[in-house]
Order: sequence, then C-alpha cells, then structure tokens
Amino acid sequence: MVLQAIAFWLLAATTVVAALSVISARNPVHSVLFLITAFFSAAGLFVLLGAEFLAMILVVVYVGAVAVLFLFVVMMLDVDFVALRQGFARYLPIGAVIAGVLTVEMVIVAASVATGGAAAKSTGPVLHVSTAGTVTNAEAIGRVLYTDYVYFFQAAGMVLLVAMIGAIVLTLKHREGVKRQDVGAQVARTPKKGMRLVTIKSGEGIEL
Amino acid sequence: MGEIDWGSTIGWTVMTVLQILAVVIWILLSLAFLLLADRKIWAGVMMRKGPNVVGPFGLLQSFADFLKFVLKEIVIPAGADKVVFMLAPLVMFTLAFAAWAVIPLAPGWVVANINVGVLYLFAISSLGVYGIIMGGWASNSKYPFLGGLRSAAQMVSYEVSIGFVIITVILLTGSLNLQTIVERQAGGFWNWNVLGGGGLKNLPAALVMIPMSVIFFISALAETNRPPFDLPEAESELVAGYQVEYSSTPYLLFMIGEYANIVMMCAMISILFFGGWQAPFPTPFTAHWPSTAASFFGFMWLFLKILFFFFIFAMVKAIVPRYRYDQLMRLGWKVFLPTSLVAVALIAGWREFGPGA
Repeated sequence: MVLQAIAFWLLAATTVVAALSVISARNPVHSVLFLITAFFSAAGLFVLLGAEFLAMILVVVYVGAVAVLFLFVVMMLDVDFVALRQGFARYLPIGAVIAGVLTVEMVIVAASVATGGAAAKSTGPVLHVSTAGTVTNAEAIGRVLYTDYVYFFQAAGMVLLVAMIGAIVLTLKHREGVKRQDVGAQVARTPKKGMRLVTIKSGEGIEL
Repeated sequence: MGEIDWGSTIGWTVMTVLQILAVVIWILLSLAFLLLADRKIWAGVMMRKGPNVVGPFGLLQSFADFLKFVLKEIVIPAGADKVVFMLAPLVMFTLAFAAWAVIPLAPGWVVANINVGVLYLFAISSLGVYGIIMGGWASNSKYPFLGGLRSAAQMVSYEVSIGFVIITVILLTGSLNLQTIVERQAGGFWNWNVLGGGGLKNLPAALVMIPMSVIFFISALAETNRPPFDLPEAESELVAGYQVEYSSTPYLLFMIGEYANIVMMCAMISILFFGGWQAPFPTPFTAHWPSTAASFFGFMWLFLKILFFFFIFAMVKAIVPRYRYDQLMRLGWKVFLPTSLVAVALIAGWREFGPGA
C-alpha cells in the first residue's frame, strides 16, 4: 500500500505539473513533450486503478501515434509565439466559459462517483459481478464492447473510416508528368525487353 | 539474521530491483559480444577479418570501445536545446531496457508477469521513436533533423503492420500474457505459432502464419532502423542522421539502446512465433528436474533462438542494399498493411469456424 501511495502521488504530481507546463512553455516543441509526459503519467494512474488495458491503449494510441504526428507537425511549422499571444485577451472570455463548463461537469461526475460508485449510477449494462473478479481487464472490456455496445462500436468505426477517407480525398493530388515507379513492370523486365543488340556499320550511325 | 520476508514492502522492492539488475546486466554483457558478433559476421560476408586485435579473436573489442566512448568529451552544439539534447539518448536507452520487464526468459523467469504483456511491449516499442525525433530536433542541425523526421514517419508506418501481425498471434493463442503465449506453444516445434500453434489439426493456419512471421521480421528491421531500412542514419545522404551531433556517452547510449531494441525484437519473434523458451521437441523429462534446472534449460532455448535471429539480422545488414524512402513507404502501407489485415480476418475466421474452434 505504501508503494501504491508513493506511485500515485508521484504520477499525479507529474501529470499536473506537466499539464500546466503544456500551456505555459514558450517553445511549442517543449509543450508537446510535456503533453506526452502528461499522457504517460496518466497511463500510470490507469495502471494503479487496475485498468491496465486502458493504460496500454492510451500509450499506444496517444503517445505512440497521435503525439508523434503532433510533434512532427509542430517541428515542421515555424510558429511565432509573439503573434499567437496577441489574441490572448480576445479569446479569453470564450476560453473561460469552456473551462468553466468542463470544471462543473467534472465536479458533478466526481461527486456522483464518490457517493454511489460508477457502477451503481450507470444505467447501461455493466459486467456481471460474479465474473468481474475472474476475467482479465482486456477480456472484461471486450465482453461489454462487442456485445452490449457493438452498434456504438461499429458506428465509431464508421465515423473513423469516413474521416480517414475524407483526409485522403482532401490531400490526394494527381500531378501530371511525374515519373512513378511500377514495381510489377520492373520485376517483369527481361534482358530481351531491356536492351537491344545492334550491329553498327562504320560511318553510318544508328537510329534509335 | 532470520528468514527474509520477500512479501513485505521492502522485501518486494529489494527483490524486484535485484531481478531488474540481473536482467539488465545479462543484456549489457550479451550486447557487448553481440555487437562484436555483428561486426564479425558483417566482416565475414565482406571477406574481411573484422575486429581481431583487442583480446583473443577481438573478444574484448566492445569493452575497449566502451572505455573510448566514456572517456571522450561530450560536445553540445551551440544552438542545441541542451535539456532535450541530453534527454533524447536517455529516453532511448531507458525505453529499450524497460521493454525487457515483461519478456518471459524461462519458466517462471519474468520481472513483471502482467496480463497485457504484448500490449506493453507494443506500447514501449512505439515510444522508441521519441529518442530519435527528440535527438534529431534538439541538435539544431539540418541532417539530424531530416533523419529524425524520416525515422518518425518510418516507425509510425511499420508499427501498424507489426500491430496487425501481433493481433494474429493473439487470436491464435487467445491471450495477451506473454508467459501464457509461450506456454501454449509447448510440446514441440509443430505446436509453435508459426505452424498454426496447435499440432496437425491447426497446420493449415501455417499458410497464414509463416508469411506473418516474415512480415514481422521485416517490420522489425524497419522498426529498429536496421539496414536495409536504416534511412534515418543513411550515411551516404544524411552523414549519420539523428546521431550526427552526438559524441561520447550520449552516442554510446543511443547505440546500446539501438542494439537492445534489436535483441528485444529477436526475443519478440522467438516468443510470438517460435515458442520462446520451449524446446523444439517434447520435454516430459524436465518435469522431474529441479525447477531451477528446468528454468536454465528453457532459458538456453530462448537464448539460442535470439542468437539465431540476431544472426539473420546481421546477415541482412551485410547482404541487402538500402531501400529508397518512397519504396520503404510503399512496402509498409501498400504491401504489409493490406496483407496483415487480410491475415487478421483469415485467422479470426479460422478460430471461429476451423477445427480448433
């Protein structure tokens, strides 16, 4: 229990400090690196809660893929932070409203979980108590996700597919006059097709 | 001093630290000789002798190199982001060793026997890109930056196919726990996942699993930036990519991390497809052995398999010419991704409707 407590405070402190640094760091690349730190320590908190599957998915998807692309873009862009800061006062009211709404939501959720527990308040199907202790985390999520929530799961997949196709269609450009590699043609090439033996008579030259 | 209570908080902490130390020291010592083996194999293919001066057959070459690296001056470029610059090799090194926590080395020999071991490995190996991209950016120099960007795109691309290949193995064994995956492959090489993972009646699945193991191997080459996919450090165009500005110990950390990752990928191929610490024949006789002897017996097999795959890694480096960048992307996205996606569907169907269902 002592170790858990130490781990919790360490991870929680890291998460909060890193999250604050994301918005206060002057260098955008540092911001993204702090964001990664925050994701990573949040994954650690998930492990402490016993949700190891969620923790691993968080690391694989957000840290391993999304944040890499984030870093990729931020490094390539030359972001001028002085120019960005000029609009700060103008956007402050909208930002404050969104922050306020989020805070209220989180307080409501936290309060209801603290009084009744997440499972007791949930109206959706939850895993049966008798099997909850014996199956692993990943199996438990799979059982609920692919049975009770299968339509939502499929719908989420469709949304992602549409988004993916949309991104491809928006960026796909067919430029004329670009030489492209045709691997099939290269592999199928034989000496017969690739070269021609010509006997040149002296003083005449050849026509290609 | 009485009996030590390994179950108490302090006892558990000491025990875990000792286990971690044992694994790390074993890997570091193995790496010293694997590095030499890599150079020797490469030299052999080129009909050179390779390192042969320090110690008998050059066996102490890696230790001499180590001393040389450690004793040199650390040069930090003037425009570099100092903190990130020094953090990058540390990240690379730490992550490379963190992955070994869940590798089952022998029956009962694993530092952390967690239920989502495969996912943990996948997560850690997907983090490996940060060391490279941070190093490339923080150097504040053209070639390292290009190398870092190349590596980011390359590793993200090949992770996708590695993920799908891992899913086929998970479907076959029905477990995310690496120790369980190895235990399911017991009783001889015909039970290994590469041959369908369940004797004769699952043999048709080998038609899918053998190509999957090949795809995994090639993706592992790309994931560890080994030739023919060593574009992040392509010396003919980028000097040495993200490593250009690094010297001394930080460079050493990068190199050890890279080799630890390679050996980790070898271990992963052995565990996922070739039975991990299982011998290639039935071993009923180990049941009567003391458990330590049985563990050493299993460890020997895993080590032999790792050595075999490392040999192939080294041979590939010596024989195959480097890919062009667009060819690399084509292979990852247009060949491996669709192939492994179809394989996932086939194996899922096999599990549901095949004789093993």
